[in-house]
Amino acid sequence: MRQKRSFFSLSTMIFGYAFLYLPIVTLIVYSFNAGSHVTVWEGFSTKWYKALVHNDAILDATWLSLRIAFCAATFSVVIGVVGGFVLARYRRFKGRTFLNSLVTAPLVMPDVMTGLALLLMFVFMARELGWPLTRGGVTIALGHITIAIAYVLVIVRTRLLEMDHHIEEAALDLGARPFKVFMMITLPVISPSIAAGWLLAFTLSLDDVILASFLSGPGSTTLPMLIFSSVRFGVSPEINALASLIVCLVAIGVLISGMVMYRRLRLKKEKS
Amino acid sequence: MTPQKHSFSWPTWAKTLANVLRLRQFFGKASVIALPYGWHLVFFLVPFCLVLKISFSESIIGAPPYADIVSWVDNTFLNIRLNLENYTFLLEDTLYLDAYLESLRVSGLATLVSLCLAYPIAYNIAKATPKMRIVFLCLIILPFWTSFLIRVYAWMGILSPQGLINSFLKWTGLIESPLTLLHNDFAVCLGIVYSYLPFMILPLYVALEKIDPSLLEAAHDLGCKPMKSFFKVTLPLSLRGAVAGSMLVFIPGVGEYIIPELLGGPDSIMIGKILWGEFFTNRDWPLACALAMALLVLLVLPITIFQKLLSGQTEG
Repeated sequence: MRQKRSFFSLSTMIFGYAFLYLPIVTLIVYSFNAGSHVTVWEGFSTKWYKALVHNDAILDATWLSLRIAFCAATFSVVIGVVGGFVLARYRRFKGRTFLNSLVTAPLVMPDVMTGLALLLMFVFMARELGWPLTRGGVTIALGHITIAIAYVLVIVRTRLLEMDHHIEEAALDLGARPFKVFMMITLPVISPSIAAGWLLAFTLSLDDVILASFLSGPGSTTLPMLIFSSVRFGVSPEINALASLIVCLVAIGVLISGMVMYRRLRLKKEKS
Repeated sequence: MTPQKHSFSWPTWAKTLANVLRLRQFFGKASVIALPYGWHLVFFLVPFCLVLKISFSESIIGAPPYADIVSWVDNTFLNIRLNLENYTFLLEDTLYLDAYLESLRVSGLATLVSLCLAYPIAYNIAKATPKMRIVFLCLIILPFWTSFLIRVYAWMGILSPQGLINSFLKWTGLIESPLTLLHNDFAVCLGIVYSYLPFMILPLYVALEKIDPSLLEAAHDLGCKPMKSFFKVTLPLSLRGAVAGSMLVFIPGVGEYIIPELLGGPDSIMIGKILWGEFFTNRDWPLACALAMALLVLLVLPITIFQKLLSGQTEG
């Protein structure tokens, strides 16, 4: 009986992880294919990676995407931390439930709808306020901030509810101003969650096609938009090479943060 | 002229700053609350009100391609033209109703499949040692961090007629001519399952990990068989995670655009794709808005359930 169950659980685990990783592995393998057919192996070559470096359109789009992602992550972290703090610490104020549902709605709202709504907002603003006259990086970043706030907020709020708030109360009793308490005590405690939120917001922004397509203007093509428009017409080895590079960069980032997490867990164990 | 007293005085700007700070402290809480509130009013609530408004306007050729609902006639009459045609059109043309049903069907099926696939994985992760848990979780989260677009794209190469699966089956001699795996509902369903699987596993894992093992021990001591204690104890206690995960897959799945565009056939009529087409190809903004509002009505119930679960988790 025991043997049977462990066999079942082992096979589901293997199948599940194979399902998650097989597509990514094939993607990377075929990026080293010498032929221009993605699926027929014709020998090893790195020529698609070399072609990537000389593709100005891709380089420009990458640079734009990185700038947007950096701004979106930074601003959404600021607003997300404030929002998370408000929802975790102020238990009673008018419209709290409403705020709660308002900030978490973008988590599940289909991007097509959010993108449409935001575009209409920018069109309306351009007519009534005269800004933004042209859509581009700024409007895309504003859209990404709105989505990313929800993710940052959920992560930060969870951490704030977990942490021992007696430390904050003690500092307040000893006469520290609320702002100082927040800066000196709350922020350092939740800093790992803030870092996680920033990274998540950054990757979300770097990944988005739909909002960017709605909110972009002439001459502002982000990297995912570029990939999407070429992928629509089928697979190409150059995109495989680009995708492999992105996957590898992300994998390195996640591995490093996983190692940090693991080390912290071990330190905690040694202390106790 | 009286000699000026020579004592230190703060410059005016510093005084103003101090006043502002004092004022800020007074209104501190209000202003802190106002930041996320204001942002979401301007960039989330008002935009959706605009979608509602424009769904009642007429489509015209121009920039922007919709007519104003409210206008002044001779500076005396306030003229409000509500155009219900977009909504009646949605009901008349069966294409749209079919699209909604198709989206619900495909997304519902994908949710069910990913629940069945995710449950054993989440269960095994929760059962693992703390050290292995981190490794397993990292491996689940890793694909979630890599580009969604790239993961969907990877399946195009696998499912295509000359792709990995067809080449393998041909090599083994099981099939003569390639199977059509790409550009149909099967591929769309697979794409949704694959892309949203981490969203299903993580809430399930959180729910399963919270279950107190002493409950299962008690059930065992009282003579309960493992199978029965699983159905009587583990499953009911993990229901919350299952529902949260299902909502996280189902809701975005219904409005999905990229997956049906890349993996679906030309006849795939997922609602996200139809909306995109009305907006970008036909430039019929009012109709796209009406579609979005109808989709919102459809999704209000699942979104409310999801938010109830989320707030229950953090406040209960």
